[in-house]
Amino acid sequence: MRETLYDLIGANKRKTFLFIIVTSLFLGAIGYVVVQYLHWGIVGYVFFAVFIVIYNIVLYYNSDKLALRATGSVPADPVEFRMLHNVVEEISIAAGTPKPKVYITPSPAPNAFATGRNPENASIAVTTGLLEILNRQELQGVVAHEMAHIKNYDILLMTVVSAIGGLIILLRDFFLRSMLFGGRRRSRKTGGQLGLILLVIGIVLAIIAPLFVALIRAAISRQREYLADASGAYITRYPEGLAQALAKLRDQYVPLKRASQSNAHLFIASPFGKDRANAAGLFSTHPPLDKRIGRLTDLVI
Amino acid sequence: MIIILILVILLVIAFIAIYNRLVVKRMRVKNGWAQIDVQLKRRYDLIPNLVETVKGYAKHEKEVFEKVAELRSRAMGAQSPKEAAEANNMLTSTLKTLFAVAENYPQLKANENFLKLQEELTATENKISFARQFYNDVVMDYNATIQKFPQTVVASMFNFKPREFFEAPEEERTTVPKVKF
Repeated sequence: MRETLYDLIGANKRKTFLFIIVTSLFLGAIGYVVVQYLHWGIVGYVFFAVFIVIYNIVLYYNSDKLALRATGSVPADPVEFRMLHNVVEEISIAAGTPKPKVYITPSPAPNAFATGRNPENASIAVTTGLLEILNRQELQGVVAHEMAHIKNYDILLMTVVSAIGGLIILLRDFFLRSMLFGGRRRSRKTGGQLGLILLVIGIVLAIIAPLFVALIRAAISRQREYLADASGAYITRYPEGLAQALAKLRDQYVPLKRASQSNAHLFIASPFGKDRANAAGLFSTHPPLDKRIGRLTDLVI
Repeated sequence: MIIILILVILLVIAFIAIYNRLVVKRMRVKNGWAQIDVQLKRRYDLIPNLVETVKGYAKHEKEVFEKVAELRSRAMGAQSPKEAAEANNMLTSTLKTLFAVAENYPQLKANENFLKLQEELTATENKISFARQFYNDVVMDYNATIQKFPQTVVASMFNFKPREFFEAPEEERTTVPKVKF
């Protein structure tokens, strides 16, 4: 048990590193092509190298803020959300980690996610809809599931991957647009060639973007959700709490408006309607809730 | 000659490594206990407030108030984890009685201050039991380590003693759910 968990944490850190390397190479390739065709020379290369380094540093330190902002989460008021703060503190004592920051996502959709780069800099966000339907013990179960993601370093990988996914979609839009509008202003001599290059990059990105989403699904495999359920149950030593919470999530479905393809895998239950209850597609981010509940009920601690 | 020298150096390195590991584990036990201690103190602070609030609505329940006060001072004076665990487990069940008594007073149940105290005490109670769970895990790890073979040599040389567990109340050993008043 212990050994495999540590292996998993190591694997998560390696995967995060790999993702950052691959993106850097990818950005480097784009930079090379652009510099080459605009004839910026050595200054251009230096500019791109510095940009990539700064981009990675900013990404590492701010990926959690991106996820929180994208979902419109705000810090939970310690007086108004006293019980939530208490529950998070209880679970962090049980897990032996520092208390993460607590956020509220204003949405009637019952859901929750965790983000951050390590247990010392982690945040847990729950929606107002979740607080409305869960009792104290069910909330403990959900928070323990998120705490398991934090302890296993799932959060770093998840947030870095979703930030990179967002960037690729952004770049694709940029290149496809500059291809459409940029052509007119360019001089005739280089215009045709440059336009062609931008078009090729745009098309390649358009193909890569959905593939990248699929890659996210592979990296953050559905197995990880089972694992977080099990280790969450180990933290509270009370699997029924989480099982009951998941049953409520299954029965009271409201779509989460501010979730997107690039951050769907962060949440405790899929924020989209399809494949929630029983059918798991090849591209679904989460295992079906029925199966997760079944596994929790069979769990012996 | 050189072989002996290398052996001695290796032995010293192993010795230092074991000693350091033991120190880290003992530190974890201390931290685990500190966690419990913080929560126990928090509970001792909350109890007088709670008793005052309940008294305002249910004057006749003197017996319960007295018992709570007595157990509270006994728990505060406890010297070892074992004593503290015993006194606090009794305190927990008396507090349950107090909250059961409160059920009979609808006005009290509607009192905002009472509801706040109830949430705080529930949270503290949960924190105590989670902190105990964590503490017992690290104590078990520590106690097992100082009894294993090469470690036990270092442990006895530097006086690493086994630590006491913080025992859970009788009913919680069979039913897992945490306290809910």
